[in-house]
Amino acid sequence: MADAVAGRDKCGEPRLVSLPLSRIRVIMKSSPEVSSINQEALVLTAKATELFVQHLAACSYRRGSGRERKALTYTDLSKTAEELETFQFLADILPKKILASKYLKMLKEKRDEDEEENDSGDGNDGDEAES
Amino acid sequence: MAERPEDLNLPNAVITRIIKEALPDGVNISKEARSAISRAASVFVLYATSCANNFAMKGKRKTLNASDVLSAMEEMEFQRFVTPLKEALEAYRREQKGKKEASEQKKKDKDKKTDAEEQDKSRDEDNEEDEERLEEEEQNEEEEVDN
Repeated sequence: MADAVAGRDKCGEPRLVSLPLSRIRVIMKSSPEVSSINQEALVLTAKATELFVQHLAACSYRRGSGRERKALTYTDLSKTAEELETFQFLADILPKKILASKYLKMLKEKRDEDEEENDSGDGNDGDEAES
Repeated sequence: MAERPEDLNLPNAVITRIIKEALPDGVNISKEARSAISRAASVFVLYATSCANNFAMKGKRKTLNASDVLSAMEEMEFQRFVTPLKEALEAYRREQKGKKEASEQKKKDKDKKTDAEEQDKSRDEDNEEDEERLEEEEQNEEEEVDN
């Protein structure tokens, strides 16, 4: 990871940073408290982002459910965000996926629970067991 | 400059290439995974910026500088990035110094009409912030960077 240089510029020299600085700057500036950004800070942030992408990809692949399987999947990433403390800030944007049928079942169960609570407020004969 | 939603995303082709460099040859990346990593990268930039900004504010500065970014990496527990980032910073400074010397040389060769060349150095910058940042850069280069 020490030599994360990718691509070459017009003169054939290895580029220091591949990600477009203008785009990185737009993202940085969208942060409300930030007034201005020194060019060096911009270059380092871009570089750090590249290192981060590689770190996330490599960690997720290693922890993935199939090293034999020659693919990196969304689930690998989501698991990594959940399990590794260093990537926990990503947990909200990389949520676990569940089957639609399971989600609908969860919704139904929640709805049933709510109904039971409302009923016991009316004081019925109590033959409904709490699940 | 108004931000369109797509401007907060990073280009897919570059992201894909960076991912591939980190994985063994022949490993595929699902489209969903690639898109997720791209989003994660944007979130990382925001998190790093916010963190770096805290250091700038502590130092009573309004401009984020290189040492703020390095401090942010430590704070975020990405110490592993610090050494490669310092190397990149040195390489960048050498490059900038080289460009500066080259253009100063041209000034000597021609007359003072070559002031416009200073603008060519940084293609990625917004023009309105150009001069402000160039002045601050020179100021910052003189400041000690924490090691």
